[in-house]
Amino acid sequence: MHRFGQAHSRADQIQRSLGLLALVGMIATIWLGLFITPPDQFMGDLVRLIYIHPPLAWVAFIAYGMNFLASLAYLWPRTRDLRWDQLAGASAEVGVLFTGLTLVTGSIWGRPAWGTWWTWDPLLTTTALLFVLYLGYLALRRVPDDHELRARRSAIAALIAFIDVPIVYFAVLWWKSLHQAPTVLNPTTHKTYIHGSMAWTLLLGFIAFTLTYAWMVMIRYRLGAIETRALESQVSSALRDRQLEGSHE
Amino acid sequence: MGRAMAEAIKLRDAVAFSGSFPLLSGVNLTVGVGEIVLLNGANGAGKTSLLRALAGLVSITQGSISVLGYDLRQERRSVRREVSLLGHQSFLYEDLDATENLAFWLKAEDTRDDRIAEAFSRVGLTDRLLVTPVSKLSTGQRRRVTLALLYARNQRLWLLDEPHAGLDASGRETVDSLILDASHSGTTVVFASHELDHARTVATRSVLMSGGAIAADVKDQTEGGAANGS
Amino acid sequence: MVRDALRIARKDLRIEWRTRVTAYQVIPFAVVVIVLFGFALGPDPQRLEPAAPGVFWLAVLLASVLGVQRSVAIELREGAIDGLRLAGFDPAGIFLGKLCALSGQLVILEVLLGVITAIVFQVSLASFWLLIVATLVATLGIVAVGLLYGVLLASSRVRETLLPLLFFPVVAPVLIAGTKTWQAAIAKHASTGLGWLELLVVFGVVYCCIGIVSFGPLMEDA
Repeated sequence: MHRFGQAHSRADQIQRSLGLLALVGMIATIWLGLFITPPDQFMGDLVRLIYIHPPLAWVAFIAYGMNFLASLAYLWPRTRDLRWDQLAGASAEVGVLFTGLTLVTGSIWGRPAWGTWWTWDPLLTTTALLFVLYLGYLALRRVPDDHELRARRSAIAALIAFIDVPIVYFAVLWWKSLHQAPTVLNPTTHKTYIHGSMAWTLLLGFIAFTLTYAWMVMIRYRLGAIETRALESQVSSALRDRQLEGSHE
Repeated sequence: MGRAMAEAIKLRDAVAFSGSFPLLSGVNLTVGVGEIVLLNGANGAGKTSLLRALAGLVSITQGSISVLGYDLRQERRSVRREVSLLGHQSFLYEDLDATENLAFWLKAEDTRDDRIAEAFSRVGLTDRLLVTPVSKLSTGQRRRVTLALLYARNQRLWLLDEPHAGLDASGRETVDSLILDASHSGTTVVFASHELDHARTVATRSVLMSGGAIAADVKDQTEGGAANGS
Repeated sequence: MVRDALRIARKDLRIEWRTRVTAYQVIPFAVVVIVLFGFALGPDPQRLEPAAPGVFWLAVLLASVLGVQRSVAIELREGAIDGLRLAGFDPAGIFLGKLCALSGQLVILEVLLGVITAIVFQVSLASFWLLIVATLVATLGIVAVGLLYGVLLASSRVRETLLPLLFFPVVAPVLIAGTKTWQAAIAKHASTGLGWLELLVVFGVVYCCIGIVSFGPLMEDA
C-alpha cells in the first residue's frame, strides 16, 4: 500500500509546482484585474469580470474537450487503459465546476448590464446546456458497477454528449439571432475594447485558470488512481479467497 | 460449417470476473465431442457462470478457453452461432405466442416453417398452447417451448442450466430423451443440475464445481451416451 | 443487417399490436401533457397560439422517453437481449429495427398529437411537406439518441431515472429546430424552416451512425 505523498515524488513535484504556479497566476490576475487595469468607459468596474468569466468558459470547454479525447483513447482498442477513464472523469468533474462558475459570473455580469439575471445569449445558453449534459455524465459515473463496464459506458456517453455540443451551439445561435439581439454591449463581443494592460491581464487570466484546471485534474486523477490500485489488490485477494473456498469442500 | 477438432471444450486455468468478484477462479476442463457432462455443485459454485462463459457471454480474462475450435479469448462472438444455451431466463418474448417466438428465434420466413411444427410435436406441445401468449403459459409449458427451440436449432453444443427444473415427470423424460438423441447425433451436452440421481442416468460424466473451479471429475461407467474417450 | 432489422422491427410491431401499450398508454399520456400545458399557459388564445409548436415537441419528447423505456424493457424481460446476442442477430440490425419500429409508432402519435395541438391551441397548419419531413427526421434523431442511452443503461438499476436526465439535454437542439420548423410552417414561411430542417438532418444522421456503430459493443455490456 502506498502512503500518499511518499513514493511517487516526481508526480508530487509536478503537482506542487502546478499548484504554486496556478496560485501565483491567480493572485497576479486578481491584483492586476482589480487594481491596476483601468475601468471601462461604459461598464465601469463591471468590466473586471472579463478577467474571470471568459477564462472560466475557456477552461470549461478545454475540460470537455479533454474528456472527449480521453474517452476516445479509452475506447480505442490499442490504447485502452483505465487511466484514460480516470482522466476523463477527473476532467469532467473540474469542467462541471468551472461551467457552473461560468454561468454564475455570466449571470452576475448580465444583471447590471441588462437588468436581468439571465439572457438567452447563445454562448451562455449553450454553456447552461453543457452544464446539465455533463451533470448527467457525472451521474452516470456514479452508478456502482464494475470499473471496466463503467468506463465503457461513460466513454460512449461522453461521445454522445460531446458530439452534441456543436449542434447545440448552432441551434441556439440561430434561434437567438432570429430575435434581433440588443445592440447593447455584449460581453462576449467585448474584445474590440481590450487593449494594453487589459490584454495582458486577460492573457494572464487564461493562463492562470488553465493552470488551476490542470492542478485540480491532477489531484482528482491521482485520487482515482489510488482507488484503482486498491481495487486491483482487492481483486487478487478475492480470487485467492474464491480458490480457497473451492479447495475446502 | 464447423471446425474440425479433437475436443469440444478445453479450458485451462480460466478466470472470469464480474466487477471484482471472481465468477470462475481457474477452471480446468476438457470435454470430448458427444459427451454428456453433468455439472454439479452447491449454489454459487459457478455452474451458471461456466455455462455462460462457454456460450461466449462472459469474458475470460486469464487462462485459455477453446469451444468448438474457437478461441474465446480472441473471438467470443463467433462461437455463439453454434451453441445453444438454456438458462434460467427463457429468452422468450412474453407477449408473443410460442409459434411466433420460434419463428423469430429461428429466423424463419414465417410461422408455417416445418421445423416449428416438428419441434413442437417433439416436445409434446399441443395446438391450443401454441397460440396463447407465452405470458399465459405455466413454467413447465414455457420450458417446453424453449426445449422446442433447442431441438429445432440443432446446434453442436448444448449448455443447459437446470433443464429439469419445474418440469413434471413426463417433462423430465422429454428432456432426457432430447439429450440422449442429441448426443447420439454428435452433439455435446453440458448441463447443470441439482437432481443428481436422475441426472446421473443420462450423463456419461459428472463434474463437481466449487469456488469457481472444478473440484472433482468422475467418469460414469454406466452407459449414458455416445461419448468419445478423453 | 437489413434482414435482421426487418425481423426485429416486425417483432416489435407485433408485440405492440398485441399489447397496445403505445396506443392505450403513451398516446393518452401525450394528450394529457398537451392539455395540461393548455391549462398552464392560460385560456387566452394570444398566449396559446405561439406556444403550440413548442408544446407539441415537448409532449413528443416526453412520450419518446416512455417509448424508449418500453422498447428496451421488452428485451430485458426474460433476458431476450442475451438471446439476441446468442442467436447472432447483427447489432446494427437490431438498432435499425428498433429505430424503425419505435419511430413508426411515434409518427402515428405525432399525427394525432398535431391535430389535437392545432385544435387546443387554435393554430392553423400549412406547408405540410415541411412539417412532415421535419417531424419524420426529428423523430428518427430522437429515437436514435433514446435507444443509445437506453441500451447503455440497460444493465443499470437506475435506468428509469437516469435515462431522462441524459436524454433531454442531448435532444435540446431537436426541440429548438422542431419548434422553429413548425413555426415556419404555421407562418407559411417554408424557406426559413429549411435551415432548421438541415440541422435536424445532421442531428439524425449523426446519431443514427453512432447507433449503428456502437450498438454492438453496448449490447455486450447489457
